[in-house]
Amino acid sequence: MKRLFAYLKDYRRESALGPLFKLLEAGFELIVPLVVAAIIDRGISAPEGPDKAYIVRMCLVLVALGLVGLVCSVTAQYFAAKASVGFAKKLRHALYSHIQRFSYRTLDQVGIPTLMTRMTSDMNQVQTGLNLALRLLLRSPFVVFGAMVMAFTIDAQAALWFAVAIPALSVVVFGIMLISIPLYKKVQGLLDRVLGATRENLTGVRVLRAFGKEESEIESFDQKNDALTAMQKYVGRISALLNPITYVMINLAIVMLLHTSALRVNTGDLTQGQVVALYNYMSQILVELIKLANLIINITKSVACGKRIQSVMDIPAGEAVTEGLPGGDETYRVEFRQAGIRFSEGADPSLSGVTFAVRPGETVGVIGGTGSGKSTLVNMIPRFYEATEGQVLVDGKDVRGWDPAELREKIGVVPQKAALFKGTIRDNLRWGNENAPDDDLMWAAATAQAADVVESKGGLDAMIEQGGRNLSGGQRQRLTIARALARRPEILILDDSSSALDFATDAALRRALRDLPDTPAVFIVSQRTSSIQHADRIVVLDDGRVAGIGKHAELLETCPVYREIYDSQFKKEAAGA
Amino acid sequence: MSKQSVKAEKGTLKKVLAYLKPYGPLVVLSVLLSAVTVALTLYIPVLIGRAIDRIVGAGRVDFEAVGAYLLRIGIIAAVTGGVQWLVNSINNKITYQVIRDVRDQAFRRLQILPLSYMDTHPVGGIVSQVIADVDQFADGLLLGFTQLFTGVVTILGTLGFMVSIRPGIAAVVVLLTPLSFVVARFIATHTYSFFRQQSETRGEQTAFIDEMLGNQKVVKAFGREEKSIETFDEINGRLEKCSLKAIFYSSLTNPCTRFVNNVVYAGVALAGALVCVSTLGTAAPFTVGSLSMFLSYANQYTKPFNEISGVVTELQNALACAARVFRLIAEPPQIPDAEDARVLRDAAGQVDLQDVAFAYTPDRPLIEQLNLRVAPGQRIAIVGPTGCGKTTLINLLMRFYDVDRGAISVEGTDIRRITRKSLRGSYGMVLQETWLKSGTVRENLILGKPNATEEEIVAACKSAHAHSFIRRLPQGYDTVIGEDGGQLSQGQKQLLCIARIMLCLPPMLILDEATSSIDTRTEIRIQKAFNTMMQGRTTFIVAHRLSTIREADVILVMRDGHIVEQGNHRELLSRNGFYAQLYNSQFAA
Repeated sequence: MKRLFAYLKDYRRESALGPLFKLLEAGFELIVPLVVAAIIDRGISAPEGPDKAYIVRMCLVLVALGLVGLVCSVTAQYFAAKASVGFAKKLRHALYSHIQRFSYRTLDQVGIPTLMTRMTSDMNQVQTGLNLALRLLLRSPFVVFGAMVMAFTIDAQAALWFAVAIPALSVVVFGIMLISIPLYKKVQGLLDRVLGATRENLTGVRVLRAFGKEESEIESFDQKNDALTAMQKYVGRISALLNPITYVMINLAIVMLLHTSALRVNTGDLTQGQVVALYNYMSQILVELIKLANLIINITKSVACGKRIQSVMDIPAGEAVTEGLPGGDETYRVEFRQAGIRFSEGADPSLSGVTFAVRPGETVGVIGGTGSGKSTLVNMIPRFYEATEGQVLVDGKDVRGWDPAELREKIGVVPQKAALFKGTIRDNLRWGNENAPDDDLMWAAATAQAADVVESKGGLDAMIEQGGRNLSGGQRQRLTIARALARRPEILILDDSSSALDFATDAALRRALRDLPDTPAVFIVSQRTSSIQHADRIVVLDDGRVAGIGKHAELLETCPVYREIYDSQFKKEAAGA
Repeated sequence: MSKQSVKAEKGTLKKVLAYLKPYGPLVVLSVLLSAVTVALTLYIPVLIGRAIDRIVGAGRVDFEAVGAYLLRIGIIAAVTGGVQWLVNSINNKITYQVIRDVRDQAFRRLQILPLSYMDTHPVGGIVSQVIADVDQFADGLLLGFTQLFTGVVTILGTLGFMVSIRPGIAAVVVLLTPLSFVVARFIATHTYSFFRQQSETRGEQTAFIDEMLGNQKVVKAFGREEKSIETFDEINGRLEKCSLKAIFYSSLTNPCTRFVNNVVYAGVALAGALVCVSTLGTAAPFTVGSLSMFLSYANQYTKPFNEISGVVTELQNALACAARVFRLIAEPPQIPDAEDARVLRDAAGQVDLQDVAFAYTPDRPLIEQLNLRVAPGQRIAIVGPTGCGKTTLINLLMRFYDVDRGAISVEGTDIRRITRKSLRGSYGMVLQETWLKSGTVRENLILGKPNATEEEIVAACKSAHAHSFIRRLPQGYDTVIGEDGGQLSQGQKQLLCIARIMLCLPPMLILDEATSSIDTRTEIRIQKAFNTMMQGRTTFIVAHRLSTIREADVILVMRDGHIVEQGNHRELLSRNGFYAQLYNSQFAA
């Protein structure tokens, strides 16, 4: 948390001046009851008779105090706003840049939704909290204790009641908050359950209706809803105590204050005007204490958000370049040497003992069941996932020795999830190569069997909505292939990226990829044997282990796993045809 | 505000009142008690003023009278506190009961809304109507109850007390207070555009973050990190500028209204002190105690004004939220089952589609002139490229949607004359998008057969090849899985969905890409179980995978919503049409 304050450094002046001006304002406010006392004692009940001119002067002083207070507090608000907004801006930038340097593994571990919340709602809460803290955190205690100090300057004996009332009120105010906050968390938990039930009912509407579950769904919803209502009422009853109890207490304090004051006035140690002043000070305390308690809740929330942001900032980011790792044969574009990966200590390796090498122009097929490690294998080439054993080399150099940006520039990746971005088709395709002329982009689209997509949308200038919503799954997939091709990569990786294509398009795509002009090494990950059977080499994975490497015909002979996959997809059709 | 929105607000208000009706007596009680609280609260400064008047100076303190006043103050304060607590509790109760009722109603409506509603409205939106909107509405309702009413009563009560004691000074308060209102309004209207700008920019930033972080791996794969930071910073810079304005200008409200209040306070002090002086020694003097009472009133009087302006915006917001929920509750439900609707039992599996036509939107006809006769026990495969209308057919068979023209009948009865529950119960459905409810594995399995025995459950899971992985879960069949399966892999989830159907074994089956996420080796094993399950059951299968449909009795080849070919595998291949083309492309290279 402390380290977050580093981002406040440039706003040191503002963060000091904001609270300072706020305290000045509070100070002026504390003078008001004294002025009123003076009006009474020296204006109205002065021993030498009423002094109207004095009364008018004092009332002008009241207005002047208000005016000075206004100026102070406006100044304070400005500095507080400036510091908190500036701080939030810097922090947002820092966090966003930090996330940009996360590896795939870190992204998997932290999770995208978490990062989203940190960037948005947590950030806003921190900004609000800082702003409030700069403005109010010092003010309320200052007013409370200021009121007490002022009371003591008027009359120590009467002011003793302040010393009793303040701790007692604090105990009640903070006690009720302490009790009700965890209960409110429970309410939130119950509300989340109601939310979950609603969401689930909607996402599963087809299944639930297919099983005719409407009635039992209503029943279980009612149960959750009633539990929520009961808890809400319970917490409501407790927090409903706050105002009445403090109200009674402050009035009792006033009663005692007046009682003592009466004695002191009778002995001539106190004037009537001063009694009014003491009464006014007492009234100020309660409001400020409640404000303070609310403020503390708010700031606690912000601190929690700040801590969460800090924990993301604490995650190490960036990829170190390690020099001096053993090199290899430079005629191979990609080489795996006993490469393997273990995602957490003690767990079984997700991939192990992968050894093969690929020359430019060769095509490698990677096949295996779900969870067999296909995706992990190809993602080790751009060092998205790092080998925990063995080595992966590109152009004869360990990927950990490459500058990551330079390494990735050689590689065109078509990820499993066909993600496009808001912008024109041209913008999207240029992700592969920022300076690519339209001709190149059109060539990439044609190769990816996406020429008709571009055409049907109205050319390269056609807009793509966020997430590519205005395209079908197959259209998106073909454009993501075009995006990778636009880079004219030395290594092309298709990670199960033709799943949404029908067989005819898939076949046409494979034909086009075989004739690419730059002789890239091509990696095709697939579940279909038809997509990879013509590859120069096929890597068969089974539960993270290599079950066989070779050509289609060889594997049919030697690799039972491959044979089984092939049979499950082909044999029957072949017999039927 | 436009007339229309006022009208709409009135309509919403009426509905809110209708929900309040069952709690009528409580509402009346709350109002009465609040009035009592306010009156007592206002009476205390009067008593304090009177007590102060008896504490004039050295040797001039009337201890007896002061003591009596102080005792009264103590008692009244205690009573006020008690009543206040009662009011708060009643208001809580009313509010939470009302929102429970609203939520119940909304959820009940969701159960009878046609599927077209769910399909055309995003889940997030509906959920936020039932949860967030109702919550907001509750907050507004509670605030309205507790602050609006007491606020108004306090203002009126204070005025009444002040006017009754000293109309002249009351006039000072009345004339000056609206100033704070005007100031607050002025600031609010002038900061509105800054706020809008801020929320627009913030929305833009959130959308950007959403898009980029959501696809962070792609960003990395293409080395776009720097570019992405650049765009982010540009938006971030704009956000800083408009946030600063919005926050600063809006934070002026408090200091400004406080200043106005201070002026009012000074005005009362001036007028009060002068009246004090001029009535000194007269029969009805304006005492120092009265002055202190007026000063505390001046403080009290201005506060509700500031609160009310906040509450009014809150209330408007709450009404807008309520309107959204009420709109959901008022959505037309699906056509209820006919009273004499037949309950389908032990269907043999004869399904007829006659001249069926259907479209999601009238301007885009999807299925037209669809005819199909399915004999009991037949296996119907539906093939075709994505978006050709395969899922639509399921929607119609299950009566998730009603046909526009023509008819679908089961066992010779139009399905619109069969109860939905019995029709749907006659089908076992495994969809491409697996859905599991949060709960234990067992709870998920018995969805279709709540009274299944342990042996039946295990047997079903064994035949779906789910038993062995379920046993490996931490608590076996009692392992709690989150919404959408949580720690289960896509394939395992699908196995559970299959086991779920295996357990209740309805007479007809609908399988949509049922095995798409299971690797082909496991699939072969399941296939065997499927084959036993399909034995003697009418089955509709949708799949991309030709191997799973090859053995179908009838293959429907769909393209753009039409059935372009119909026949068995051999016939269709020899016809050398669209099916043959689809099929051969798997071998072409």
